[in-house]
Amino acid sequence: MQNEWIYIGLFLVIGIIVPIVPLVIARFISPHKPNPIKQSTYECGIETVGDSWVQFKAQYYIFALVFLLFDVETVFLFPWALSLNRLPLFVVLEGILFIGILVAGLVYAWRKGMLEWA
Amino acid sequence: MTFADFLNNPVNFIADWLTGLLTGWGLPDALATILVYVIGITVLIVFAMVLDIGLVWVERKVVARFQDRLGPNRLGPFGLIQPFADIIKLVIKEDITPAGADKVIFNIAPVLAAVSVIALWAILPLSSKIFGVDMNVALLYLVAAGALGTLAIIMAGWSSNNKYALVGAFRMVANMVSYEIPMVVVLLIPTILADTMSVQGITQAQDGLWFAILSPLGFLIFFISAIAELGRTPFDLIEAESELTAGFNVEYSGMKFGWFYASELLHAFTFGGFMAVLFFGGYGGFFGLEKVAGFGWLTNPFIEAAVFIAKAMFGYWAIMWVKYSLPRIRIDHMLAFNWKFLVPLSLVALATPAILHKVLIDLPTWQYALGMFASNVVIASGTIEILRANSRKQRKAEEKLSPQPVKN
Repeated sequence: MQNEWIYIGLFLVIGIIVPIVPLVIARFISPHKPNPIKQSTYECGIETVGDSWVQFKAQYYIFALVFLLFDVETVFLFPWALSLNRLPLFVVLEGILFIGILVAGLVYAWRKGMLEWA
Repeated sequence: MTFADFLNNPVNFIADWLTGLLTGWGLPDALATILVYVIGITVLIVFAMVLDIGLVWVERKVVARFQDRLGPNRLGPFGLIQPFADIIKLVIKEDITPAGADKVIFNIAPVLAAVSVIALWAILPLSSKIFGVDMNVALLYLVAAGALGTLAIIMAGWSSNNKYALVGAFRMVANMVSYEIPMVVVLLIPTILADTMSVQGITQAQDGLWFAILSPLGFLIFFISAIAELGRTPFDLIEAESELTAGFNVEYSGMKFGWFYASELLHAFTFGGFMAVLFFGGYGGFFGLEKVAGFGWLTNPFIEAAVFIAKAMFGYWAIMWVKYSLPRIRIDHMLAFNWKFLVPLSLVALATPAILHKVLIDLPTWQYALGMFASNVVIASGTIEILRANSRKQRKAEEKLSPQPVKN
């Protein structure tokens, strides 16, 4: 059991090293001649106006809230799904009821027009 | 310790031999184990990278055929050496960092994009004997590692100090907060059917019957949300050449761009592999053929790995087929398609098999399979009926608004 996590840890460490190697090689053998024009922000040839980190209305803010709700729900559903075969039918139906309550929440958000692009 | 032992269990054979060799040199057991792990992991990752180079060739050749072209055909037979030339070009190309970029995040993002894919290979079961690790929470690990790739794209878009890249990154946020829900919900279906979250367990549970037969809807939803998670057409709003030029990676050049490209291809292939594992029996699933006399060789690890790669390649090809056949959809359509169609459908597609599996499990296999399949057909036709009624209503409403055509 513990060996699995040592393996995953080592896998991630080597997985980070492998992509870095070509980048380091490229740093030594590729040319490096920066100039202000080359390093300017690419906007199809037009000069940038104002700050690049612009603020604009994120229409999907409400989607993110609904997402949070459902993501937490699925975390609760994984243990239910894993032990489904050992549970009595009543508990299975209770899990379905739990899904139903969240569907009711989705329907509510839908009826309130939260899922429209406005 | 013979050649037959090696053929039947190559990884264990080499690992035992290496551990014996290292402890023979006087290394402590724990250190020897870790060294063997490191060697095994390096071999696995290098195999994935070599496969990735092959995928560049496959992708270019297949897209050429879809568009009625020949594709690379100059370097070597069938242009097979082309991807190696591409890599050399990427490595010796000048690496430009825009003046206003957030340099640290700008440099981390391509590495993270590659790591998110490589991490998935830790749990990918190439065969019953050749695999990284068989975790009991593999499906949760799959979701977590997938989210890392999204994070890499958001980091790249934000740190580039470019409006195109920023809009691409924001679209990726919208994409991720939507399509992860149906994906995680349908991951529960193989969990219920196999009674485990380990990928080896799920593969072995499909020996007699593929889960794609028990839950075709689950497979379809997984396929769609996997394409969305990968950010490939029709959900490639993060790149959207016609409006954002290249989206999140517009400021990247050289090998840093190369990692985004390579990790996208390998990601698509890996998801093809997970489709095979979750719904098409992975490396096995021969419907009991391997138990018939004369077909025992099917359980050889190398044959299993070849079967797995073939199935994963088919999934990869299906993703490419969708990519090069469909136009890009608008972002409000994308969100509406997810929240008003895919999420409700995935919840129904989860709840029905959960109850039916519980009720039908004691029946003979063919009745159980028929019941599960029939329930999916009923849900699918019901969904189509609802959609039809809805669009009829919409058409009527529009006809009422628009002026009636003048009759001559």
